[in-house]
Amino acid sequence: MLNKNIYLILIISLVFAISFWIGFNVNLLPAEASINAPIYDELFKILFIIGLIIFIGITIAVIYSLFKFRKRNDQIGDGIALEGNLSLEIVWTIIPSIIVLLIGLYSYNIYDRMGGMKELNHNHEMMSSNTEKIWAGISQTPDNEKAINNLSIEVSAMQFAFLFNYPKGNFISGELHVPVDQKVSMKMESKDVIHAFWVPEFRIKQDIIPGQPTILNFTPTKVGKYPIICAELCGPYHGGMRASIIVEEESDYNEWFNKNKKPEVNL
Amino acid sequence: MTISIDPQKTNNESLQPKGWLRYLSFSLDHKVIGIQYLVCGFVFYLIGGTLASAIRIELASPMSDFMPRDVYNQVLTLHGTIMIFLWIVPVVNGAFGNYLIPFYVGARDMAFPRLNAVAFWLIPPSGLMLVASYFVEGAAQAGWTAYPPLSITTPQSGQIIWILSVLLLGGSSIFGGINFIATIIKLRRPGLKLMQLPMYCWAMLGTSLLVVLSTPVLAGTLILLSFDIIANTGFFNPVLGGNVVVYQHLFWFYSHPAVYIMVLPAFGLVSEILPVHARKPLFGYTTMVFSIMGIVVLGLVVWAHHMFTSGTPPWMRLFFTIATAFIAVPTGIKFFNWVATLWGGKISINSAMLFSCGFIINFVFGGITGVALAQVPFDIHVHDTYFVVAHFHYIVYGGTVFIIFSSIYHWFPKVTGKMLNEKLGILHFIITFIGFNLCFAPQHWLGLNGMPRRVAEYDPQFQFVNQISSLGALLMAVSTIPFLINVFLSVRNGKDAGDNPWNALTPEWLTSSPPPVENWEGEAPLVEEPYGYGKEISEQK
Repeated sequence: MLNKNIYLILIISLVFAISFWIGFNVNLLPAEASINAPIYDELFKILFIIGLIIFIGITIAVIYSLFKFRKRNDQIGDGIALEGNLSLEIVWTIIPSIIVLLIGLYSYNIYDRMGGMKELNHNHEMMSSNTEKIWAGISQTPDNEKAINNLSIEVSAMQFAFLFNYPKGNFISGELHVPVDQKVSMKMESKDVIHAFWVPEFRIKQDIIPGQPTILNFTPTKVGKYPIICAELCGPYHGGMRASIIVEEESDYNEWFNKNKKPEVNL
Repeated sequence: MTISIDPQKTNNESLQPKGWLRYLSFSLDHKVIGIQYLVCGFVFYLIGGTLASAIRIELASPMSDFMPRDVYNQVLTLHGTIMIFLWIVPVVNGAFGNYLIPFYVGARDMAFPRLNAVAFWLIPPSGLMLVASYFVEGAAQAGWTAYPPLSITTPQSGQIIWILSVLLLGGSSIFGGINFIATIIKLRRPGLKLMQLPMYCWAMLGTSLLVVLSTPVLAGTLILLSFDIIANTGFFNPVLGGNVVVYQHLFWFYSHPAVYIMVLPAFGLVSEILPVHARKPLFGYTTMVFSIMGIVVLGLVVWAHHMFTSGTPPWMRLFFTIATAFIAVPTGIKFFNWVATLWGGKISINSAMLFSCGFIINFVFGGITGVALAQVPFDIHVHDTYFVVAHFHYIVYGGTVFIIFSSIYHWFPKVTGKMLNEKLGILHFIITFIGFNLCFAPQHWLGLNGMPRRVAEYDPQFQFVNQISSLGALLMAVSTIPFLINVFLSVRNGKDAGDNPWNALTPEWLTSSPPPVENWEGEAPLVEEPYGYGKEISEQK
């Protein structure tokens, strides 16, 4: 009996060890290029490890049962008439409940750090009216109010393109340029069907909905060019609806901005 | 109140066709209707599978080069709709429900035999209509979710035919649900208590409650959507002041419970199969019943987890995260109980057992990614990507379809009196299991790394992994060949099964195989312990 328990403990620790090793050494995610990304990857790692422990554990239990308890040719009759075990069943009700609850609280914490629970507002001089209903999005701590005002971008999506309007510079671009390490605030609206704004390296996604503006705030942390992908089926060319976000040093960004800037037209 | 449980007597029996022609007739026999559901569903499975192959061929290369882009969208829409509404839902509910429930409650037929036949005969015409819509002006191309405004702006005839077809199929589903509830509650043999029913009855009771509660919402939503399309109303059309997010709430109010409509019956079926082949009682009957009912209740309040990136306020995202994650608890109980059922048994390793164990492994994997997807911050990155595609195929294919095959191997001797060939069956399992995992496991990585779903073209860096996935799909297509050969050979020349080849204790095996029209020659037996393996009642057999 003691022997059996030792084996069980050995196997369980092995499952844990393998799961932790895989969780820490196998990277399934793309590059991290925004403040959100490392927070997301932390959650991913935890969920990945817990998932591996459960999956490997149950798979071993099933395969072991199939070998250990298979019917040999000389055997007749039935297995043991065990109809249940209330204390065991209570254990495997309570333990998953606790795990699920902890995961829920933890992911709430992650979501809060991503800015998901913040009051949604869009600091935009031209269009912020109190009556306007903003429906959804991720909003980060307004740690840099001035930057937000400079980096308010209006995104309009249509079949099958994104257009980025820089109200401060009075111009529209097909490419999204942003300076690194500064908070960007976007107000998005669709002109026809539902689209979605997704940058995998930023770990953010938000639907762009006709008739209802949505907000997305993010802070890029790594210079580079990343794809913007439409993630909501929007018609035949949905797969081709892509754009680029170019994260650059502030000086490069300012150069680009000033080159494209148009004077205000007073009507 | 008196209920006629004897429809065959009132129907002029001499006018009913005999032999295989029965299966083409408006038969009122629940066993015939069950087989009609199964065969009809399988034909649509082959059609849906062909469409899936077309998708995987298109995705074997990063360019959109195999079919026109709008046709690709029609193909993915039809693939989803056919697999859900014409294969999985009718088969796990209609086919096995009709065949087994009257046996399990000790009745000679369903409560409403004519309604039952009507429910089945709604399916072939609506399925044909759906497939035929391709030849009219092109089939629907807004995905099986038919989100407006896309569904309002794409070619109208295909979308309208899609709506009519889904309405008919939903009607069929509701008729079936009412019938199952009435049969399980009212037609039980005297002396048979609810807590003595085989687990599949509880699964079907829960499922039917979900069908009856949520399908009418889908019907209403689709009718409003059709008004928007043909009568220029503005329920969901933002141009006319409609709200597109409201559609999503209404749609998912049905379509999330629909997931449980697809998996709960499979949970019931596997609970019948495992004890028989493991020669052990079902572990934890009472907790199994309560976990089914827990899933039913929770399943109704989780729909908005499909909308974490749509317009939903933060508090709503949080509520649906917690509610969704908690479904893992009753579901987990069931899986632990099944593993405990295997533990200490005398397990026959046959096709039915292998497919059931494949189901456990696949579904646990899909369940784990499901708990992850329930977390808002996790979902925001992978929503509408191939990660989600992989997740739900692990649930509906790795889960339910594996159980459909397991059930076919288990009950084929009941229906035909012949055994299926075990070698071909195990070959079928091996190819299906490898093909399935090869096809869908890599898709998790694709989604995490930036491949959205429902695209005909993608970033060339994903080509290699997509080709692995397509290879897996090819294996899945090939795996149906040994299965079909097996069925066609065994129906004619299979080994004689006898009445009860598995020495099972559930009531459907306590009559001849195939069973007589009246199910039992004499009175229906009273089975108080359908899982009494290892006890005296089992030893006597």
